[in-house]
Parts: sequence; C-alpha cells; structure tokens
Amino acid sequence: MKVLLSWLQEFAPLCGDPVEIGDQLSGLGLAVEEMTVVGGGLDGVVVARVVNLRPHPDADRIQLVDVDDGSGSALQICCGAFNMSVGDLVPLATLGTTMVNGMEIARRKMRGEWSNGMLCAASEIGLGEDEDGIMLLEGSMEPGTSLAEALELHPDVLYDLEVNPNRPDAMSVVGVARDLAARQGVKFTMPEPSGADMGDDVVSRMAVEVLDIDLCGRFVGRVVDGIQVGPSPRWLANRLTALGMRPINNVVDASNYVMLELGQPNHTYDLAAVEGAALRVRRALEGETIKTLDGVVRTLTTADGVIADGADTVIGIAGIMGGASTEVSDGTTSILLEMAWWDPMAIATSSRRLGLRSEASARFERGTDPEVAELAMRRFAELLVDSGATLAPGIIDVRGNLPDRPPVRVRIERVNALLGTRLTRDEVSGLLGPIGFVSQLAFDDSPSSDLEVTVPSFRPDSATEIDVVEEIARIHGYDRIIPTLPSSTITGALTPYQQDRRRVRDAMVGIGLDEVMPVPFLAPGDLESAGLPADGITVTNPLVAEESVMRASLRPGILKTLAYNASHRLQGLGLFEIGHVYRRPDVEQPLPDEREHLAVALGGRDAGEAVAVWSALADALDTRRYNLVADEPPGLHATRTARIEVADSPVGHVGEIDPSALAAYGITERVGWLEVDLETLLAIPHGERSYKRVSRYPSSDIDLAFEVEEGTPAGVVGTCLREAAGDLLADLSLFDVFRGPPVSEGRRSLAFTLRFQADDRTLTDAEVAEVRKICIDAVQSMLPATLRG
Amino acid sequence: MRLWRNSQKVLKVSLMISNLDQHLDEAARAVGSVHDLDALRVLDGELLGKTSVVTEARRALGSLDPDQRRDAGRRLNEVRNELERLVSERRTALEVVARSATLEAERLDLTELDGNKRLGHRHVVTQTWERLEDVFVGMGYTVAEGPEIEDEWHNFGALNFPPGHPARDMYDTLYVDHGAPGSTLLRTHTSPVQIRVMEEGEPPFYSIMPGRVFRSDTADATHMPVFHQIEGLVVDQGITFGDLAGTLEAFTRAYFGHDFTSRLRPSYFPFTEPSAEFDIQRPDGTWLELGGCGMVHPSVLAAGGLDPEEWSGFAFGFGLDRLALMRHGIDDLRELFRNDLRFLGQF
Repeated sequence: MKVLLSWLQEFAPLCGDPVEIGDQLSGLGLAVEEMTVVGGGLDGVVVARVVNLRPHPDADRIQLVDVDDGSGSALQICCGAFNMSVGDLVPLATLGTTMVNGMEIARRKMRGEWSNGMLCAASEIGLGEDEDGIMLLEGSMEPGTSLAEALELHPDVLYDLEVNPNRPDAMSVVGVARDLAARQGVKFTMPEPSGADMGDDVVSRMAVEVLDIDLCGRFVGRVVDGIQVGPSPRWLANRLTALGMRPINNVVDASNYVMLELGQPNHTYDLAAVEGAALRVRRALEGETIKTLDGVVRTLTTADGVIADGADTVIGIAGIMGGASTEVSDGTTSILLEMAWWDPMAIATSSRRLGLRSEASARFERGTDPEVAELAMRRFAELLVDSGATLAPGIIDVRGNLPDRPPVRVRIERVNALLGTRLTRDEVSGLLGPIGFVSQLAFDDSPSSDLEVTVPSFRPDSATEIDVVEEIARIHGYDRIIPTLPSSTITGALTPYQQDRRRVRDAMVGIGLDEVMPVPFLAPGDLESAGLPADGITVTNPLVAEESVMRASLRPGILKTLAYNASHRLQGLGLFEIGHVYRRPDVEQPLPDEREHLAVALGGRDAGEAVAVWSALADALDTRRYNLVADEPPGLHATRTARIEVADSPVGHVGEIDPSALAAYGITERVGWLEVDLETLLAIPHGERSYKRVSRYPSSDIDLAFEVEEGTPAGVVGTCLREAAGDLLADLSLFDVFRGPPVSEGRRSLAFTLRFQADDRTLTDAEVAEVRKICIDAVQSMLPATLRG
Repeated sequence: MRLWRNSQKVLKVSLMISNLDQHLDEAARAVGSVHDLDALRVLDGELLGKTSVVTEARRALGSLDPDQRRDAGRRLNEVRNELERLVSERRTALEVVARSATLEAERLDLTELDGNKRLGHRHVVTQTWERLEDVFVGMGYTVAEGPEIEDEWHNFGALNFPPGHPARDMYDTLYVDHGAPGSTLLRTHTSPVQIRVMEEGEPPFYSIMPGRVFRSDTADATHMPVFHQIEGLVVDQGITFGDLAGTLEAFTRAYFGHDFTSRLRPSYFPFTEPSAEFDIQRPDGTWLELGGCGMVHPSVLAAGGLDPEEWSGFAFGFGLDRLALMRHGIDDLRELFRNDLRFLGQF
C-alpha cells in the first residue's frame, strides 16, 4: 500500500519529519519498504512551447528545437529526441538548473550549435516512465510558468507500506492516518463530504435483489447524475499517479480515489446500459460467460459471485471486475454507484480460480468495512461536483449476512500478565479509543475491572481478547515493553540421540570425509538408476519434474554429487551425509516412514575402506558387538557387500556401489559405500564404558594359520577363535591372507596373531600351549578349516 | 735363574719407562690417524688393553725397588691418563662425525610431504545449526525435531490457519501422495514441531526446533525449494511479551556479539498474537530483518492440549541458511546445496 504524507495529513495534524513518521509507521506494524521524496527537483524547470524544429547541420541524431520559454524570443536547444511537433508544450530545464541526478544545465555547444538548456523526458524530472522521448505536457499552460506550478506538483513524501493480511483497514489512507494519529496523540477526523442531493430518487430508477445473502453482506447503490466524462483535476490525477494508478477519466479516477482513501472498492455502471433497471446478486451458473472490463471473455462457475441485470444477464463479477457492457463511456450521463461488502472467502476463491486479482479483490478478500459505504458514496459525488455531477436522493441498501461482531471482554489483569506491562484500565481504554475501539466498564468501577470493548467495523480481524491485547501492545509501542528473561527451571541439553549424531559427524569429519547436503528431491528414474525400487513418495504439485520424487535412500543424491564433482575434475572424494529418507509405510499410518540415515561414499576406494569407516564409526559409538554378513541388497556390489548386524538387528550395509549403478550415474571410479539407519543403530544400547583393569603381567603371542574355503568368512574364524580362547585372549588380529600354492585352489590361508594374558599371573608355557590347542581344535572341528604347518 | 730373570725384568722395565715418551708420541699419531670408531676401538685395546705397553709396564713395576717403583709408577700413571684422554677425545670427535653422517643420511624435505592428510568438513549449514543449538542449550533450551513430511493439521490447522484461510497463501505448499489428497505435505515451516512438542511432553517447555522446510519456490540466489529454519518455543506459567523481547535480545548478543542489539515490530502470523518481526541492529547501525515471533496464540496452546488460561508462551523462528551466508559472506543460497567440494572445503 502506497500513501502520500500530504494525503495522510488531510485527516490528522501529523507532526515530525518524514523519517520519524516512517519509523512510527514501522513501529505500528506498517513496515515502510520504501520512502521516496516525490514532486521535488523541479526548480528551474519551466513550461516551453516548441516554435520551430530544424535539422542540425552536422549531426543526424540531434535536432535543433526553437522554444518559447515565456520570454517571447525563440531559444535554440539541441535535442536528441524527435517525438515533438511545433506547438507542443514541453518541460525545459533552464540554464543553471541542477537536475535530480546532479547534472547542472549550462550553455554549451553540440557539434558547433549552441544549446541553451535541456528539454526533459519524464524520468529525468521524476514524473514517471518515459514513453517515447520528451515529455509532452497536456492542457493549457503559459510558457515560462514553472513546471511544478503548472502541474500543481508539490514536494511530498511517498511511503510504500507492507500491510499484513490482518490489517484490511490499512489498505486505505484513512486507516494509516488513524494509526499514526493514535501513535502521535493527535486528533483523527474522517472526511466529511458536503453536497446536496438533487434529482429523481434512486428507488424509482433501480431495483436490487440479493439472492445469495452469504455472498453479499451488504449492497449499497446510489445514482449520480450530470456526469460529464473528462479528465480529472490535476491534483487528483497526480495523487493517483503517485500511488501507482494511471488516471483514466474523472469517473474512474474518483472511483479509484475513494477506494484508496477509504478502502471501499466500488463499481460504476452506466445507468442507461443496465437492462431492466434492476440488479440481481447471485452465484454464477456453471458455464455462464461475461466479457470483463479488460476485454476478456471469461467462463464462470458456481464458485463465482455475479451481478446480473434485469434480464438476468451477467454484467459483473462480484468484487473482482465489472463487465464491458455497462462500462461508463464518453456518452454516459448518469451512473449507478455500487458499494458492497462481499464475503472474503468467496472473493478469494473466485479470484484465485479466475486468476484475476484486482485492487478491489485484494481488499474484499481481506475484509472491507461494511459501514463506510454511505460516507464513501458522498465522497465520490463530492469529487465529481466540480464537473457538474450531483447525487440523486435515496439509497438502495440491501443487507445480507454480515459477521456478528459482539463486544469483546478484556481483562486488564490478563493484558498485563501477557504483555509484562502495568497498564491501568484507563490507560488501556485510552490506547484503544483513538483506533476506534470503544471501551466500556464490564462490571463495577474498581480499577482492575474488565472492559467491554466494541471493535470497529473496519477491523474484522479483531474478535477476541487476544486480538485486543495485540492492539493495546501495538499502540502502546512494542519498544516500550521492558525486556525481561523468564526464570526457567529447565536444564538445557541435547538429547542422547542428538549427542550421538554429533559424535557420528565428528568421527566422519575426523577420518577426512566431507559432509554434503543434496536436496531431498529426486527426478523420476533416479532411484531406479541407483538400482533401488521405484516406490518413492511423490510430490503431487511439483514445480518441475526433476523435483517430484522424495528420496527413499541417500544414495541417488550422493551419486549425483559425485558425478557433479567429477564433471569438475574432482575425483576420489570421501563424502558423507546425514539426512532423512522417506518411504511408503508397510501398514497404514498417518505419515510416511521417515528415518534419519547416514551414508558414506568413498570415491576410488573399495569395500575394504568402507568397512574401515564402519569400524571407526562403531568405535566412536562404542558399538562393540556387530557382525558383517555377506548380502546382496539392490544397487550394491553383489560380491562385495555385507549387511551390518548390531545385537542381531540389521542396521545397514557396507560395501561398494553396484558397477551398473555407477555406470547409470556416469561415475567411472569404484565407490566404497556405507549406509546406516541412524535411528535404529542409535536405539541399540551402546556407549558402555565400564573400567576393566589393565593387566600388569606379561603377555604371550602365538600365530595360527588356517587353510579355509573361500566361502568361510574370516570373521567367522575370528569369532570361533575368540570364543574358544575365552578370558585369556587379550587381542586377536588377522595379519595375513594368502592364496596360491601350496594352498589349493578355492581355498586360502588366514593367519591370526593371538595375544594371551591373565590378570593375576604370568601364564606358563604349558598354559599357553593348552589354550593354543583348544583354539586349534575348535576351529578345525567347527569349520572346514585345517591348521597349516 | 730367578735372579737373572729378575734382573732381565728390571732392565726391561727401565727400558720401557725410558721409552714412554716416544710411545706416547707414537700413540698420539696413531690415534690422530684413526677415522672410524671401530678402528679406534681396536687401537684403544692396543694402547690400554691387557697386552698394551702400559699394562705390561705396570705389571713389571713390582720388580723395581721402592724408590724406582714410585717414580716409575707415577710416570706410568701420567702416560696412561694421557693415552686415555687421547682416545676419549678422539672418540668424542668421531662420534660427532658419525652422528651427523647418520642424520644427514636421514634428511627429509618436509615441504614435499606437506598436505597429505586433511580433516573432512562439516557442511556450512550444519556448522550454523550446531552453533545455534549451542547458544540455546547454554540459555537453558532443549532441542526438538519433527518429521519433514507433515500432516495438514500440524502444519496449518493446529497453528490457527483454518482451511481456506488467506494466510495459507503466504506459503507455497508442496503436497505428497500419502493419505487423502491435500492431507500430507512437505512442512512449510518448523512451527508444526511446536505442536508436537506440546502434544508429546509436559510443560514447561523451553525448546528450539531446527529443521529442514520446503516451499514451492524456484531456486535463485535467495530462494530454494528446500531450506532450513530454527524455531523456538517457550511455554510456562507467567510468560510475557517482555520475556520474548528479553530472550531475543539475549540470543542476539550471545550469537552475533555484544555490539549487536534487537527490536520487535508489530507483524502478523496466525499462530502468534501479539506478533512481531524480529530485527537485529549491526554495530554500524543498520537493521536486518531476521525473523518472526510473538506470544503463542491461545488457539495454538489449546491445539497442543494446554489451557491458555494457565499457560502462556512465546515462539520465534528465523531462517538458518541466511545466517550461514551472512557469516561467510556467501552471496548465493544455491551454493549451499550444490555440494561442490571446492565450496564445501572452504568452511
């Protein structure tokens, strides 16, 4: 919403400089997005008449213009524009003028010809956009008159305000002025239009029937006679221009002016063009059409409200746009002025469906003041009075369903308890009064008693006690509420899960992996390319198809990231991501399955390195008991992948990406892979760190090498050894894997070092020999394995 | 025979004593010409060992008469000490040479080896996220999270956006194919977690809720269809608007620094009332709009299962990514999600 300071000042004697007033507006919740000084910078610019146009002897792109600047003699100007003709009135920046951009106009030669000033384009003097060159002035003006005087322009301040959806009243100049006056403590007065009614009573000239009383809460109509369509007075046109509306003619301009000033959108019908001298307000029939003012034929549905004429032909879309058939034209002599209150939801729905937003619909869908129509009608007529228009007596006023606005009970104690203030009852009603909220005592006259507050008709947003509390805070000033801190008994902390997640992240970063954050949207086919089932949750209204599938795995996003970096010659990357994945639930439940996963990709590295990352992770979380079980999940390398089981629960997979998935993503290096369901993993008890005494006795090492089949995992041999050795085993490590002669084909040799140690004594050779034998026997008896010599 | 032998010995000892000076000269020359420690060890044996001249002479001293024995013994000690000194000095000198030869052989150019190991980097959004968590945990808050795919009730209905409410237009919502059409969506803000916190726990609540949110926005330098927010919720007895102002001021100083300050301006959100915009003022005096806040609307408390007459509270929320951009002077939001290692590695 744009407002001019001079316009605001018509309703309240506002004081303070424009910046101060801007700050007050922001402090009232009407944030100033932009503040501009308009109508200034015209000192030295005068009206000039073009008396002669001559080609420049030495240049094609400029011409010589002789102008009359009021002195009577012709003044030669060099000009680069060619849009003017002899007789045109144009703005002339005289010698010595400083332009808005700081340029000073001096007498100078252009290609050998003197230029004694500059003819101006509209943008050069802050009067709008350039159309085609020099600004051509309309109307009769004396050459030599200052342009500001001729155009009736005065320096003014224009505020562009951000108006929140709960403040329909601030979509008007009076609404903004009322707030400012309340803040400044100065008197606010609504306009008081003058003018007498004349002519034939409206009741005999027009009948109105409201068929849908939910759609139309109030329909007010009056007739204005003596219409002579012509240009608006300059001051009025200037104000519309400043607020971003193009002046059209006096009738349309007065209509817009009233809407901007009072917030009441309105519509003018050429009275003679309304068939049957009757209006019917109803819902459109399915498929009904209307040609709107903008010349477009629109097909309507029952979602749209319409105004139909006496023949029941649609002549306007309720609250959004009028029809072309009853448009005011040059020949119009009498108009019917409509001011209505439309149901905000109905207008919002209809305007959205039609894809048609107008200044009127923007106001109706936020909720207009149902009680301002009479005043606004007289204001409209007043604006046209100089052109000879008169308001006919009588008023059509049909009421439908308007929202009920009962008074609001406001407890002073509650106000102070919520705001942290110590306002008295009188102070509260003193804050509310100037913005039209009328307070009465609810009960007795004790200072703490409740108030019964009547909310003004222009504040449809305010209906409950908390709404009124907000108004009290706003007018009192948020900046006057003293900051305090709550006295909490809560201890701040991360949850164990959040702490563990940080530990996971620290471990990943510590081993040199970089965290990535791809967007969780995938394109159709991304999951399939990664070898995963194509059953992702989909977005039903995606902006682009590439963002229409929610990831069911972190894999596609990370593979895309690897491919993206590879395209910039960055390979061999170690990446990790912690993020949500979304899956269709197996059973019906309110929301999809959403879980937090960790994924690690190791570019150019194999499954072994991925296992190392897993073991570092297990170490970081103190997850000691886990098994790696060979597995072939979709999308992972069939012979190089294991399922990770912790406490017998599967928590994820470690291995490598399936080469065909790599190919589908255009990745040319091996990719080691780890993906873990963090929520499952972290829910399994872990992180136990109880003390175990360090033995002070010497330890003994023995090496054992077994020949086993390729199908026997080293992990199984290790587990077997660990179980057989029992408490005496201090450490076990696989130090060599050997294939080839003398080990037979299809088998391999696994060599382990076992370190034995007791807590309470030095082990004897005999004891070590005994446990060694137990270990060998266990492996040989339980597994297809033989001890190597 | 014995006498002869003895006289022979006396003769020999006399001779040896008289030749000691010459022996010393020869020994010094020999020591000086030795160039490695092994050779010095051999020479050490020859000059001072069991079969050396000085040891032999010492052994023969007994055959001298006491006077001679005393003089010869003293002289022999002097020579022996001198020999030991010669050998020891030479050994020290040779050890210095040998040590520097060893070290020289191990010389490394460390600049050849620099830069082979690096730590990974947490994503710049994570860094901001954790920094915010740390500030609020320090202020006594817990951290809550909720699902990114939400139901319509938690995202809108419970937050006082009735169906068809024009304020829903402020959010360009993306819906997903779960449940009835329009029932399930990608949460447009972190505010639904407020409702979940109230539903799942017992007041008082002092929580922040960082998280990922979604809007149907075309990506540009300042918009992404996916971004991050942080939400705050306090519900307790006697919470006031003053508490909101004070809390945000305390946060501003803790997070941005003591030369920053904050202000509240009236605004509108369906789920808070009174509502405010939360601005911070930089040390140079300029203001920056950071986010929205307000007193939790009574309907929202009721939707969370709390009696608004007993409990009151405030909530606030702001964009997290923008803080990351600001901290590092990044001018394009899209960089955060492009995952170019040349970008990620900078932070």
